[in-house]
Amino acid sequence: MRREGSPWQGLGTVVVKELADHLSSARMRVLEMLVVLTAFAALYGAIDTIRQTTAEDPFILLKLFTVSRSPLPSLFGILGFLIPLMAIGLGFDAINGEHNRRTLSRILSQPIYRDALLAGKFLAGLATLAISLLCLWLLVVGLGIIFLGVPPGGEEIARSLVFLLITLAYAGTWLALAILLSIIFRSAATAALVALGLWLFLTLLWAMLAPLFANLIAPPDPRYVLFGLPTPATVEWEQLLMRISPNHLFGEAATSLLAPDTRSVGTIYLSQLQGAIMGSPLPLSESLAIAWPQAVALIAGVIVLFVAGYVVFQRQEVRA
Amino acid sequence: MSAPVIAAQGLTKRYGKATVVDGITFDVAKGEIFGLLGPNGAGKTTTILMMLGLTEVSGGEIRVLDHDPVRDPLAVKRRVGYLPDQVGFYDNLTAADNLAYTARLMGIPARERAKRLSDALARVRLSDVAEKRVATFSRGMRQRLGLAEIVMKGAEIAILDEPTSGLDPQATIEFLEMIEGLKREDVTVLLSSHLLDQVQRVCDRVALFQGGRIVLMGTVAELSRQVLGAGFVVEVEADAATDLVARFNAVPGVISVERAGHDRYRLTADRDVRPEAARAVVAANGALRRLSVDDPSLDAIYARFFQKQTREHEGARDAA
Repeated sequence: MRREGSPWQGLGTVVVKELADHLSSARMRVLEMLVVLTAFAALYGAIDTIRQTTAEDPFILLKLFTVSRSPLPSLFGILGFLIPLMAIGLGFDAINGEHNRRTLSRILSQPIYRDALLAGKFLAGLATLAISLLCLWLLVVGLGIIFLGVPPGGEEIARSLVFLLITLAYAGTWLALAILLSIIFRSAATAALVALGLWLFLTLLWAMLAPLFANLIAPPDPRYVLFGLPTPATVEWEQLLMRISPNHLFGEAATSLLAPDTRSVGTIYLSQLQGAIMGSPLPLSESLAIAWPQAVALIAGVIVLFVAGYVVFQRQEVRA
Repeated sequence: MSAPVIAAQGLTKRYGKATVVDGITFDVAKGEIFGLLGPNGAGKTTTILMMLGLTEVSGGEIRVLDHDPVRDPLAVKRRVGYLPDQVGFYDNLTAADNLAYTARLMGIPARERAKRLSDALARVRLSDVAEKRVATFSRGMRQRLGLAEIVMKGAEIAILDEPTSGLDPQATIEFLEMIEGLKREDVTVLLSSHLLDQVQRVCDRVALFQGGRIVLMGTVAELSRQVLGAGFVVEVEADAATDLVARFNAVPGVISVERAGHDRYRLTADRDVRPEAARAVVAANGALRRLSVDDPSLDAIYARFFQKQTREHEGARDAA
């Protein structure tokens, strides 16, 4: 049976209201401060290192994102770690919050479908993240110009903008996950805890566990071990398992875009390096080709998680 | 009676094996105040949600304003206002902002919005707190704000779910007056409640729910005839030398006479027999001290109905 009327009715209204809520909320301000301050710290370290070591580099702006100085990781490493936190912060009480405030049935008794409410909340969260990321990007580029004194080239801008888009897809994955959890769990605290647990697991623990599982699935071949080399099968499994984590996908895509000399994010066999000039940058299109599967995987992650949330939400009872 | 605005035919709702609403059939005419009453969990709220297309219908048919809420919920929700049980608002927004949000969701044109909003707030006497955050509102004020939303919508049918539960007596009286105000504007009101005296005060017709079925339906007078047998109980307090019981029994319409004290009598009759009772006392040279009639009360109907049922149930068990 087909229902009548547009599922998008009221979408714009929901987006505007949620966006206003996000941008004025104390929670958002705290998260922004956290990201901006750590980004500044990373940037400071990067600028210092770049000034001392790199005299001539065609991609000096991109170095701002990738160069790190201990104890802090690089800027993109920090983004990979903190953006999920921001996305979770925006999404963990999206639907259960409406339930708990008892506003859900009142809002849904207005002439809109549930689609508009859910999509509106997601788009507003994504827009908030996009605004924050764009500001951060402008800050980084601006500070880079001020402190390094080098105007950025067109390709650098293009690469960092593509990086921005991939970061947004990464943030979207976590936002969709957080919203899915907010639909499944009636208590906002539970949803937040589960989301944070997944975040810690996927960004920290999984990197340690994936090699372990890879070794169990494909035990190292003694012939390789004898020469102190990794077994190809084990490495491939490890990589496959690592790529379950969006954090890892984001890392791979970001590296290939921000470090133009990245030729592959997987295992490279010697035969593949024939004729390659090591250290020379690839054109943007080639880097994009390398980052493409990861980017697609992240976007697919957003869609799958959102659809899962949509299906659960459509079947859920409205009453508290 | 014009065509019904709400018509349910064998409406059924099942959750798994549990049948929450079991084949109910009822009509509500335009401009009527129709009460749904029954204990908690009898299926009132589920019935309401099915009318709004907020929960799926398992069987039967329901039409609201000649639309099918299953197929075309938006058309129904455009013309029907719903005040959920313990309505919630966005606490961080003001009363006016809360209504402005729903006004946009309703699709009220921008130029009419401000006027309809302030008119609605004036109707429920919340104009002076329009710019206060809803977090500071009492339960009664929230309930009135919910009613303002329905007024602003210009709804043809107002569905109110337990609107007076948890209100203090003063707030309850005010709220019931506002409901009667809606009726004067030819709005059909569907009122669900377990507070019988309130339902009785405002409702034209009631449907008594029990275990997902409508067990009784009609005006209060009809129900009382059906359940209590007779509609009127007249209490007489009088002194007389002669036996008054026989004299009362001789009054046409009196079904039984009971002595409630040495000078008090309780007459059950099928009409108001106060004048005849007074005449009977005077004719017996008695001193009439008090003469009162109990309106048929829903409380009595309700209590008697369930009492009867339990007795029948026990009778059936004894027989078996």
